[in-house]
Amino acid sequence: MKVMKIVVCVKQIPDPATPGSLDSSTNALKRDGKLILDDSDAYGVEMALQLATAAGGGEVSIVSMAPNNETSGMRTALAMGAVRGVLVSDPALGGSDALTTAKVLAAAINKVGMPDLVIAATESTDGYTGTVPEQLAEVLGLPSVTFAKKVKVEGGTLKIDRQTEAGYDEVECPLPALVSVTAGVVEPRYPSFKGIMDAKKKEIVTVTAADLGVTPVGWSGAGQKVSSVTQAEARKAGQVIEDDGEAFNKIVAFLETLKVI
Amino acid sequence: MAVNNVWVFAQGNNGAITSFTAELLTKARSLTDNVSAFVPGDGSGLADVLGKYGAKKVYSTGDLGGRLVGVAASNAMKSVIDGGDKPDLILFPQNYDGRDTIARLSVKLGVTVLTNSIDIAINGDDVVATTPIFGGNVLFATAFTGPGPHLASFRPKSFAAEESGGGAAQVVAVTVPDGGATAAARVTAVHVEETSGPKLDEANIVVSGGRGLGESTNFAMVEELAKLLHGAPGASRAIVDAGWVPYSYQVGQTGKVVKPSVYIAAGISGATQHMVGMKGSKNIIAINKDKEAPIFAVADLGIVGDVHKVLPKLIEALKARG
Repeated sequence: MKVMKIVVCVKQIPDPATPGSLDSSTNALKRDGKLILDDSDAYGVEMALQLATAAGGGEVSIVSMAPNNETSGMRTALAMGAVRGVLVSDPALGGSDALTTAKVLAAAINKVGMPDLVIAATESTDGYTGTVPEQLAEVLGLPSVTFAKKVKVEGGTLKIDRQTEAGYDEVECPLPALVSVTAGVVEPRYPSFKGIMDAKKKEIVTVTAADLGVTPVGWSGAGQKVSSVTQAEARKAGQVIEDDGEAFNKIVAFLETLKVI
Repeated sequence: MAVNNVWVFAQGNNGAITSFTAELLTKARSLTDNVSAFVPGDGSGLADVLGKYGAKKVYSTGDLGGRLVGVAASNAMKSVIDGGDKPDLILFPQNYDGRDTIARLSVKLGVTVLTNSIDIAINGDDVVATTPIFGGNVLFATAFTGPGPHLASFRPKSFAAEESGGGAAQVVAVTVPDGGATAAARVTAVHVEETSGPKLDEANIVVSGGRGLGESTNFAMVEELAKLLHGAPGASRAIVDAGWVPYSYQVGQTGKVVKPSVYIAAGISGATQHMVGMKGSKNIIAINKDKEAPIFAVADLGIVGDVHKVLPKLIEALKARG
């Protein structure tokens, strides 16, 4: 049986638990510290591993773009069970817009070899432009289905439940294709100790934008420039009280003054 | 760049238009008199209501025949633009099909996108979109630098919808091109999830639950309180990820943006991701057992206490009022 080849695009981001900050000279989000696997991407990695198993055999690769040859987030994905990774790391990529990012990821995927399926999250937790999956599919010339909350492959066809405003649509799509998956679509596994040890030995190939032949990138390739950065008016905190067993009355009284009850 | 021709990605809803569409049309006509609505579907029946909000023209693709909206709409827009009718700016709603369309069109036109915006303005030669970052604490203004059409998407309720009193818009039928390999997916069935009560992003009162509820069964308290207040139940990302409630309940950066009169956060600590989606609420009530929780920094009334004790009493008190 043919092995199902799946590529998962993952982003390595600053820990969302720590406050973000901007580079004072470029106003870009600072990403120079330790980066971790974006939580949103753990669902895509898990989905890929499950689809590979369901196909009776498969191979899951990871593609990522990050500064400073950062691989710690990719190692998490490898520890979950992906077999190899391609990292695009290049100072020239700083300031790239989503369209350039999609072109770079597309070139990296072509370097791995066109898979049967590309999986991405619907958006990253740090930048959240939220357009890269569809842009990537268009650049690769693949059909794509976004906001998938259920994914299976039957007889070489993808069957997807796609989130909509009103509910969901059932969508069918031939392979090869790209799917973006919503958070919560599957329960991501925790890497085992063996998985973590094995991940250290798995291959991550690092390439530059020039290696991939994508130009222009970075600030010069972005069709946008930062115009201004200002502090928003902060919302003022109101009254905070400790519950003494009767605090619910305060809520009732507040709702009364707002005339909603 | 002068902005003399603006399109709005317009969506119908049972013979009317979505409130989101009305908001974007209102903003569009503050930029130029020449506003068109682009309807992915049969827009001919919407000419009156779109005109009422300022659209002069309605591009209507007709029934999409199972094609995905984002694929069909982006291909149809590209073909109209290639035909010489080129807008300077297209405004999209930040929702599933709006995001799908803006992203695909960006590749077809080779232009950048600015998403998650809350405002757009013409500043000299620049078209500048404003996006809140870091949970809304910082406003990031970004100008388009390349050639148009400029593509921007906006969060719901960024603009107040107002009628212009305009007459019916002129309907222009648009053919959806085949689209080739990237258009191969087909919708085979549509499921509408019946919800009783108001929709989450339109409700006057929203009651949301988070991890502090302890376990999934306790979400019933959130639903009961929402029902008593004629509001809608919502959720933090944490409990959506945990599978307690569907994604459609999620309030936050990656979920719905809500601006109700009253937002009640039960057992939600107030991660940046969540705050982005609810900080615009007129009044915020928070119940959380950790007095250091960031949610208290934005709450008009904060109760430091156990949701398992406060919610049942609150529910009883409201029931007793009848």
